[in-house]
Amino acid sequence: MAWETVVGLEVHLQLLTRSKMFCGCSAAYGDPPNRNVCPVCLGLPGALPTPNAHAVRLAVRAALALGCAVHPRSVFARKNYFYPDLPKGYQISQFEEPLATGGALDIVSPERGAVRVGITRLHIEEDAGKSFHDRVPGMTAVDFNRSGVPLIEIVSEPDLRSPAEARAYLTALKQVMRYVEVSDCNMEEGSLRVDANLSVHRPGTPFGTRTEVKNMNSFSGVERALTFEQGRQIAAIEAGGTIEQRTMTFHAPTGEVRPMRSKEQSHDYRYFPEPDLPPLVLLPSWVDEIRAELPELPEDKRQRFVRTWRISSTEAAVVTASAAVADHFEAFVKAVGAEQGKDVWNWEANDVLTHSPDGESIPASLSPARMAELFALVKDGTVSRQASRKVLAEMLAHEGSPAAIAARLGVVQERDEGQLAAWVTDALAAHPAEVARYRAGETKLMGFLVGQVMKRSGGKADPKAAGAALGKALAG
Amino acid sequence: MTDARAAARAAAGRISDAERRGTAAFLAWSEGALLEQAEALVRSGATGDLAGEVVAVKDVIADRQFPTTCGSRILEGYHSPFEATVVRRLREAGALIAGKTNCDEFAMGSSTEHSAYGPSRNPVDPTRVPGGSSGGSAAAVASGAVDMALGTETGGSVRQPAAFCGIVGIKPTYGRVSRYGLVAFGSSLDQVAPFGKDVRSAARLLAAISGRDDLDATTLDRVPLSADALAGPDAAPRSLRGSVIGVPREYFPDGLAPGVRAACETAVATLRGLGAEIRDVSLPHSRYAIPTYYIVAPAEASSNLARYDGVRYGPRLADHPADVRELYRVTRGRGFGPEVRRRILLGTYVLSAGYYDAYYRQAQRARALIRRDFADAFASGVDALFTPTTPTTAFKFGEHLADPIAMYLSDVFVCTANLAGVPALSLPIGRSEGLPVGGQLIGAMEAEATIIRIALALEAATDARAEVR
Repeated sequence: MAWETVVGLEVHLQLLTRSKMFCGCSAAYGDPPNRNVCPVCLGLPGALPTPNAHAVRLAVRAALALGCAVHPRSVFARKNYFYPDLPKGYQISQFEEPLATGGALDIVSPERGAVRVGITRLHIEEDAGKSFHDRVPGMTAVDFNRSGVPLIEIVSEPDLRSPAEARAYLTALKQVMRYVEVSDCNMEEGSLRVDANLSVHRPGTPFGTRTEVKNMNSFSGVERALTFEQGRQIAAIEAGGTIEQRTMTFHAPTGEVRPMRSKEQSHDYRYFPEPDLPPLVLLPSWVDEIRAELPELPEDKRQRFVRTWRISSTEAAVVTASAAVADHFEAFVKAVGAEQGKDVWNWEANDVLTHSPDGESIPASLSPARMAELFALVKDGTVSRQASRKVLAEMLAHEGSPAAIAARLGVVQERDEGQLAAWVTDALAAHPAEVARYRAGETKLMGFLVGQVMKRSGGKADPKAAGAALGKALAG
Repeated sequence: MTDARAAARAAAGRISDAERRGTAAFLAWSEGALLEQAEALVRSGATGDLAGEVVAVKDVIADRQFPTTCGSRILEGYHSPFEATVVRRLREAGALIAGKTNCDEFAMGSSTEHSAYGPSRNPVDPTRVPGGSSGGSAAAVASGAVDMALGTETGGSVRQPAAFCGIVGIKPTYGRVSRYGLVAFGSSLDQVAPFGKDVRSAARLLAAISGRDDLDATTLDRVPLSADALAGPDAAPRSLRGSVIGVPREYFPDGLAPGVRAACETAVATLRGLGAEIRDVSLPHSRYAIPTYYIVAPAEASSNLARYDGVRYGPRLADHPADVRELYRVTRGRGFGPEVRRRILLGTYVLSAGYYDAYYRQAQRARALIRRDFADAFASGVDALFTPTTPTTAFKFGEHLADPIAMYLSDVFVCTANLAGVPALSLPIGRSEGLPVGGQLIGAMEAEATIIRIALALEAATDARAEVR
């Protein structure tokens, strides 16, 4: 009987606020060390936290986007542990009464197709500072710029069944969080961090003992780490061993997962309600207001695009990669006519997105209006589809209407039938052998002949018209 | 405004005299600083409710002029880069800050014997403790050096020393006064609390520091109390007719010192004589106050004091620690005194996995019952409760040092108000064998004005220096 892998993820996201969770310091990333600090985020004696309302708003928005129940009353709690970059000796988090519980995220599993992954809870917390063990020889340097930056932690149910599914979950979560502008989800800058719990068992039997895997710094790293850990656990059990519940760390250069040193694990965090902050009480009307402001979420958008623009769900996924792409696509379709959905999708996926630096944003020079103009030039035969790509490349760097650019590039198609006939005659005369083979039944040579006409026209002939003229001439 | 410069000079002379007599009320003070503040005040022409008043400040409250050591070795020489909201409000009201007063380390203690810098003496009897933890502030007022001082309360740390030194101390409603800049001990209990040589002085000081603060999320959303309304020239009522004063029987146990009992009986008779109705009431859960307090306060303290780790400030007591664990061990092992270490251990224990439900959660339930007792008493028509402040008068140095429980029990009547969050004050009601006895008035949530009004009447009708019979 096969092994089944069970994965649950704990994701920390840094909220897109200007200031920190409990003080007015800038939450900016990348400033010189210890620039953005004050008595509160340094934990100086006598300083007290005051909650950042915008951070709470973003956390509520994230919870609503995941379909969670947002609790009218939640409670901040202290998570106590000693570490040099934790200035108060505790982190303000939420524990017994989190902001939100019970949501779901729909993902597309590479193995199982559409899967709904449960969200156990979502809570607000503050970040710790950052320790550098390599800056000063023999010493540890600490930067408190990150101390107190607002985070949400999103804990999934153990609903994932493979490392690839874990990655698909992260991709979907990132997409939703970017849609609702809660976090930029940048793993390199640490604005998205993942801890994974993984166990293996035989289907139909209780879950196995889980290990927690930390220190993964990319989505592919998560998949690699979990693949390693899954293999390690299966091998251990098959060799007659057992799995010990412990914390593991991923070593990216080798792809290995190793146990953390024992003194770094099994903290007793001694959680208790944070006495410096009253319970977080949210008015239902305030939550409703945030709910009403939520943008259309990626899954809803995909379904609507399938219905409205007559494209497949796979195609819809491509043009809903980000809200910016989806908005661009939709404005483009609307500008040229709803019946052109499929064609516009082709342009968006194969032409426009080719020039996106990240697959999520689109250069301003390829605005929907400008793209619609170019599209129209192809549709009315002014420019060939092939030549439109040259025009598009030129549009990236130059202003002016696509029509003017096409004219400047000399790719406006020749519509004079006499001229076309002359190119056809010329092409046929130059290639008697091919003409003979064509007439003998080798019809695939038509492409070659059309190419010859196009060559003679310097790209100005309409390939369709050239084909028709050739056909007529060869039949004659 | 009295001439601030003259006031400053006179205060400096009195502080200097008291310190020379060995009161040891102050950890840091300076005549120069006082005179500078007076100059600045006169120059600015500012007026305020406390213009020219000299105020001493307990050393657990951050200010920029003097170090903030909390009576601890671990913060020796620490200068706060910011000042507490209460200090800012005092300055805005025109007060002159005399200096920082001694206290038990991190406000943990009832005698100032747990200060790393040595104890303060009770000005009434220098062989006895001034009480604590705000004993330095109490001694500063009782010695006559200043008329007003800020202390802090977590479990009676102002009312108990006020009683021992024969002055007035008011513990405000939790949230009435900002804690921003008060170095935390038990955050859900801590309040900055004023001392005064009389009820009016303490009430004026309370008014000046009260009111909502955006920097403390636990402050009540209320405008500051008005000094005139609380304790204006005509605030002392001649009659208490219509007032109902409850006397909770649990606060008069068999072990109560006879002199304290006698003084309280006299005070109750005085209140009755003023026209108040005296009613026997019960606060049945008050007997759980000490155990509840000694779970809640140490639990919060164990977390609040985690930041003193030798990493960012305070002396590096380990010169070359082998690793960070050793840095923590040496810094905290040497930097904290025995009482603070005891409470950190206690607090860590009650929050630990497997013990949380039995201790911390249970204590929260007991606290809710204690709070409800008070709410029920006030809902039944009682305006204020009258009790002894302490079971005995001031004890001698060393008397309770070997027995922490005996020391804790000196706060048995005062820590309930901290657990319940209600306002309470202590005022002198007579002397027993020459030592002051304090009477406590406890009010409903936010009813500071009520207990201050009753205290003004009782004060006016009492000879606090008279020996009780």
